[in-house]
Amino acid sequence: MTKSSFSNIQSEYLAVIDHNKCVRCKRCIQNCGWGTYSFGGDKILADHSKCAACGRCYTYCPEGAISIIKNPTVIRENANWQEPLVKNIWRQSETGGIVISGMGTTFKYKKYFDHILLDACQVTNPSIDPLREPMELRTYLGKKPSKLDLDFDEKGEPVLKTKMPPQIELQTPFVFGAMSYGSISLNAQKAMALAARALGIVMNTGEGGLHDDLVPFGKNIIVQVASGRFGVHRDYLNSGVAVEIKIGQGAKPGIGGHLPGEKIGIDISRTRMIPVGTDAISPAPHHDIYSIEDLRQLIYAIKEATEYEKPVSVKVAAVHNIAAIVSGIVRAGADIVYIDGYSGGTGAAPTVIRDHVGIPIELALAQVDERLREEGIRNEASIIAAGSIRSSADAVKAIALGADAVAIGTAALIVMGCHVCGKCNTGNCSWGITTQRPELVRRLDPEVYGERLYNLISAWSHEIQEVLGAMGVNSIESLRGSRERLRGIELTDAELKALGIKHAGL
Amino acid sequence: MLKIKNKFNTERDISGCGLCGIINAKKVKTNGSDIKKAISVEHDRGNGLGGGFAVYGNYPDYADLYAFHIMYDNLSAKTDVEEYLRNNFIVEKEESIPTFKTSKIYDHPYLHRYFIKPKSDRQDKLFHELEDDDFVVNSVMLINQNYDGAYVFSSGKNMGAFKGVGYPEDVADFYRLEEIEGYMWAAHNRFPTNTPGWWGGAHPFTLLDWSIVHNGEISSYGINKRYLEMYKYNLALRTDTEVITYILDLLIRKHKIPIRLALTVLASPFYQKIDKMENDKKKLFTALRQVYGSALLNGPFAIVFGYSGGMVAMNDRIKLRPLVAASNGDFTYVASEEAAIRAVCQSPDMIWSPKAGEPVMVEFDDIKEKTSLKGGLLSL
Repeated sequence: MTKSSFSNIQSEYLAVIDHNKCVRCKRCIQNCGWGTYSFGGDKILADHSKCAACGRCYTYCPEGAISIIKNPTVIRENANWQEPLVKNIWRQSETGGIVISGMGTTFKYKKYFDHILLDACQVTNPSIDPLREPMELRTYLGKKPSKLDLDFDEKGEPVLKTKMPPQIELQTPFVFGAMSYGSISLNAQKAMALAARALGIVMNTGEGGLHDDLVPFGKNIIVQVASGRFGVHRDYLNSGVAVEIKIGQGAKPGIGGHLPGEKIGIDISRTRMIPVGTDAISPAPHHDIYSIEDLRQLIYAIKEATEYEKPVSVKVAAVHNIAAIVSGIVRAGADIVYIDGYSGGTGAAPTVIRDHVGIPIELALAQVDERLREEGIRNEASIIAAGSIRSSADAVKAIALGADAVAIGTAALIVMGCHVCGKCNTGNCSWGITTQRPELVRRLDPEVYGERLYNLISAWSHEIQEVLGAMGVNSIESLRGSRERLRGIELTDAELKALGIKHAGL
Repeated sequence: MLKIKNKFNTERDISGCGLCGIINAKKVKTNGSDIKKAISVEHDRGNGLGGGFAVYGNYPDYADLYAFHIMYDNLSAKTDVEEYLRNNFIVEKEESIPTFKTSKIYDHPYLHRYFIKPKSDRQDKLFHELEDDDFVVNSVMLINQNYDGAYVFSSGKNMGAFKGVGYPEDVADFYRLEEIEGYMWAAHNRFPTNTPGWWGGAHPFTLLDWSIVHNGEISSYGINKRYLEMYKYNLALRTDTEVITYILDLLIRKHKIPIRLALTVLASPFYQKIDKMENDKKKLFTALRQVYGSALLNGPFAIVFGYSGGMVAMNDRIKLRPLVAASNGDFTYVASEEAAIRAVCQSPDMIWSPKAGEPVMVEFDDIKEKTSLKGGLLSL
């Protein structure tokens, strides 16, 4: 077959340069990771087809001479044959491949968090002013016994007899979601590690192992064991505060991962314990977990390796039967279950999976919490909810639906400059986040962005305190699972039932 | 129609209130006139839609039997409930609860009491090995949930609840409390904001020999309720008081946590305080919060909690509702307002306002001697 010399796919965005303003400093050429810009001898030229609208060039243009605009050239509007569908058909007819995307789904599914309203106190119970009264956000993740047993010392004072299972102490109910070294840069991981330490929370290594530079941050790190088992060894398992078994990810339930060989430089190769230049392939299933009883074996193998001193978390994607799945995971011995909703992010996933598989975290969470309570085992494991927590309001609603803490991934990357362009898979991230190109990675200063991450989580925590105060409670555990403080708006009976909340006005 | 069950379209009942308690540590009995006088001073804390009393030591002749006070909307409900009682309990005595028509309370359910004990060969023995207390709790929940028009409002031994719709002083006259004697009294004046005229909703709320009167609105009700449901409690009444009672039942009776410690679950110390405790104590209090965080009562409350061993009065962890205590000889008084105490005890030995979350605990002298070796006071 002869290859056609042209592509039907027009550039999505246009990088427009105001040549009157441009001083030809060429910073845009330097900053663009996609190679959009070049110097034409007397002026900057832009190859629009390469632009990802990542926002780097105009942010760093000293003259404000760059505008990124949506390509005004239209594909004829059609509500059925929408532009992305038409373009994907062209793309796939040209390549014969699977369309790959980064970040979470761009589809406009219903966002349930935006249809939930919060309660506040009026008259019959007083609201509490967080500026004057203590307002507690401290959260412990891990298995809790259903009751405490006590002994009494010679003076008759009670002493704890129950041996408490290991807990992760969080000063605020946030964790950074799992993002591996490989999918993101070391500097991006370092920024999160610095912030996690300052905030008294934890970050998650993802499945890429633990780089030597991050070892000192162990008290603020959850190490992950995924299907590729990259970088997993005994010291690794013992280097964090908890170990997480990754079964699935919200953006790509049922799908493994693939870090192409060109990204496996010497550092990643060392950290992942694989040869330089080889593809790092995480199989779709763990090949030693073909059922729940196998998961139990892995959980206990890890507990043995860590002498029962670390909680074991299991991360799963929110799929249709999630409540029963999580119940099984809890009964298999997990201390924490991390549930990732369908709009969660990814470094790379087949677009068809990202956009069509899984269910919203709000519904999954509500069902899981309810199911575990019905079975009387809610105390056996903590729940982390994830899958595009976009604001403190989302976090509050997730906690009221039953989460112990929420994980943020995409929001943390946005702090570092990410404009959610969704091209993480290309490795050209101009912000130095999802790239291993040294000249791009170097521009992400871990200290600067560590502080900004600290700022964001602090700000969100203050907002949660304000909400708690308005609700008249002064401790996060009084919000957790308290669905009575939630009301639905513009939701059907079925949706309300799935969420376990009442409609506004009732 | 008399409302003995909550038929209102609300998740739960909300009310403001006034409360009083009187206890004599030596178990010297007094009649109901003092408590009536004290609570009537707090007249304006209620709105005439609920008043009630708990008294301990009032059934000395039947002290070993469970005294069930049941209100009925109709006589067919009575027939059904009595059939259940006869099948499962030995009924030693039953009678109408003596009431006296007053001009203020003219519309009331039929009020009956039974002195009973569970049969040793009751049917459920085929399925369970329940202790008598557990069986009584199950029976109370069963009747309150499944028998329309019937509501058990008292089920303890040698104690009783007397309550209804009206101002407490009128309810006292209705039951003629000055003719009843007891060594511990609690009273409640209710100001419901969304469930008027509901007999079952008046305080005290009781379970076995526990009684609770309560002023407040538990802002953490939603999670407290779901937490209890995990332990198979059926929250039929949808009131805060019911939640408090069941939490105490879970902690003290089922989980065997000493009362003093259980109270620190209800109004737990802040982490900033826990972090400064010495090691063992810090471990204990951290674990209590980790395990029982969902039982923390958040939001404003003042409660008076009576049980066979004594009385406890306490506030929420930041004292959002009033509570005053006084002691005079063997008597201890607690009330929402100092004036209520002064009305019956003009110059007490000591009068104080308990700190946030710091319980006033009075144990009967005979209990203290028995338990002095175990579960001593935990100084916070």
